[in-house]
Amino acid sequence: MPSARKRAWAGFVLLAVGLAVLPFLVDFGLGRTWVRLVDFALLYVMLALGLNIVVGYAGLLDLGYVAFYALGAYVYAWLASPHFGVHLPFWAILPLGALLAAAFGVLLGAPTLRLRGDYLAIVTLGFGEIIRIFMNNLNAPLNITNGPQGINLIDPLRLGDVSLAQSHVLGGITLSAPHQYYYVFLILTLGVVFVSMRLEDSRVGRAWVAIREDEIAAAAMGIDTRNFKLLAFAMGATFGGLAGGLFASFQGFISPESFNLMESIMILCMIVLGGMGHIPGVIFGAVVLTLLPEALRYTGDAQRALLGRIVVDPADLRMLLFGVALVAVMLYRPAGLIPSARRRRELAAKGDVLEQEQASLADTAR
Amino acid sequence: MDVFLQQLVNGLVLGSVYALVALGYTMVYGILELINFAHGEITMMGAMVALAVIGALALAAPALPGVVIVGAGLALAIPVCMALGLLIERVAYRPLRNAPRLAPLITAIGVSIILQNVAMLIWGKQYIPFPAILPQGRHDVLGASITDVQLAILLLAVVIMAGLTLLVGKTRLGRAMRATAQSRQVASLMGVDVDRVIAATFVIGSALAAIAGVMVSAYYGLAHYYMGFLLGLKAFSAAVLGGIGNLAGAMLGGLLLGVIEALGAGYIGDLTGGFLGSHYQDVFAFFVLILVLVFRPSGLLGERLAERA
Repeated sequence: MPSARKRAWAGFVLLAVGLAVLPFLVDFGLGRTWVRLVDFALLYVMLALGLNIVVGYAGLLDLGYVAFYALGAYVYAWLASPHFGVHLPFWAILPLGALLAAAFGVLLGAPTLRLRGDYLAIVTLGFGEIIRIFMNNLNAPLNITNGPQGINLIDPLRLGDVSLAQSHVLGGITLSAPHQYYYVFLILTLGVVFVSMRLEDSRVGRAWVAIREDEIAAAAMGIDTRNFKLLAFAMGATFGGLAGGLFASFQGFISPESFNLMESIMILCMIVLGGMGHIPGVIFGAVVLTLLPEALRYTGDAQRALLGRIVVDPADLRMLLFGVALVAVMLYRPAGLIPSARRRRELAAKGDVLEQEQASLADTAR
Repeated sequence: MDVFLQQLVNGLVLGSVYALVALGYTMVYGILELINFAHGEITMMGAMVALAVIGALALAAPALPGVVIVGAGLALAIPVCMALGLLIERVAYRPLRNAPRLAPLITAIGVSIILQNVAMLIWGKQYIPFPAILPQGRHDVLGASITDVQLAILLLAVVIMAGLTLLVGKTRLGRAMRATAQSRQVASLMGVDVDRVIAATFVIGSALAAIAGVMVSAYYGLAHYYMGFLLGLKAFSAAVLGGIGNLAGAMLGGLLLGVIEALGAGYIGDLTGGFLGSHYQDVFAFFVLILVLVFRPSGLLGERLAERA
């Protein structure tokens, strides 16, 4: 089928060009702050895809995912800031942070994998809180994390002598810091997407789905459920740690405030809202939920246009609208905005069975 | 020894409040297998509504005895919270009863964000003080001192828990609730109006939450639009600690978590040679929670459920 292949190539090229010029379009149309937001959206895509491995593929509800993000960020901050006076290059720290996060993933997973769904959720939640409280309080007697003030002046990413925190002129085009970070994040995000896609179709991915659907049946089929669950935790944590390191370098400052429970919940919302276990859905969910609260800051203009004056401060209104949006989307699309084909089939089938049951119940009642 | 007794008393008082909130989580979970994330926010709403009434009355009629004013606050907060619980169940949970498991969890999170922000828009971001209208007496019990407010919280909580146990164990509605918890389908075949039972569960849980909210704000002397989050988190942990879906478990878990937290705060400095201070009390609570669940995966009183086939 040459024409189908040609069309696929055309789509691919179009997507590549679109992604390449996106920061310039955003900068031109909406301003520099929005380029930063797009960078954050890419970070959240990485995080959401990482959590998607744990929740979406393996079906393990993890409410403490942000702990791994925090670990990655703190490892980067410790090894590339004046806090300890250590300044290692990023290519040494990022893998280290990801590795440490993975180790903690296994450490958390090993004793807790016997737990059923919601019990696991509360244990992971407790783990996330414990990590955050430690980060908040480990400033005395030994100052390790600098407590609630956080760590400042973290080194930016540096490619050779080129610091990504400064603007550069390349062939007549000025590249600001958010632009440059965009390309780094984009490459890494594409890497994460690629790994996720390959995992989904692999032996490992099928084992995870089998465990998610029915753990006992999966074990009966010869899947080592314990090891595969641990692997899911470790893989998810790796992506979290990587994103954490990037976050620290991009922001230049981290504090425990960035890693609270609400952050974990947000990442979970991205997955469920977009479509659990489905890569395009998860990416879409992450982008929408990162940009939506910011876009809702502009409700002031809408109020002025509609009512002639600002009745409610838009900063106060935006989270309210965000909550309404979460509820509304789930009510109308319970399987997510872009659900996987499998999930859509399951839901449709379940609905039919239920209708049949209700019909027969009504008959009996009569 | 004095420190021990004092912290034990403090822990029991706080724990009885956790227990009341935990009961709401556990009842809903027992029937729907749903983590009602918005429950902590209902507690907060109860505290806020009651405080609005109490604050206004304390200004308008300072001659009234404090207990009457607080009673008036409760009298408004309880029905408001009941209505809220009913509304939330109807709008956010009932349409999703056959949806994927995590969908209602997300609407629950959405609802709690909405409630928080509504409260913030109505009452602002500042802490709202609980007027000093309640008796301030102190009693000595075996060397520990307990205030009137603490005593009232403890007694009221015990009475309510006993009442709930009777309600679930002895009445027709209670039997319907237990039947629905075991199997929704079979219960409906036996003539139980499942939708009504579920609505009743939410209403009862919300009433308990309203009372707990007033208790917490009286205990700490303030209320805040964000107070429901941590309170809900701890109460849910307590419910899981005791074995979620189990009423006695929620009571035990709540009391235990309160005591662990208080003792942890009192002793953690000595235990670690001053390395970890009392701000690690939450770590202590979560750590115990994790340990308990590792060794008893279904909580302290939870039945060992067979894995679903």
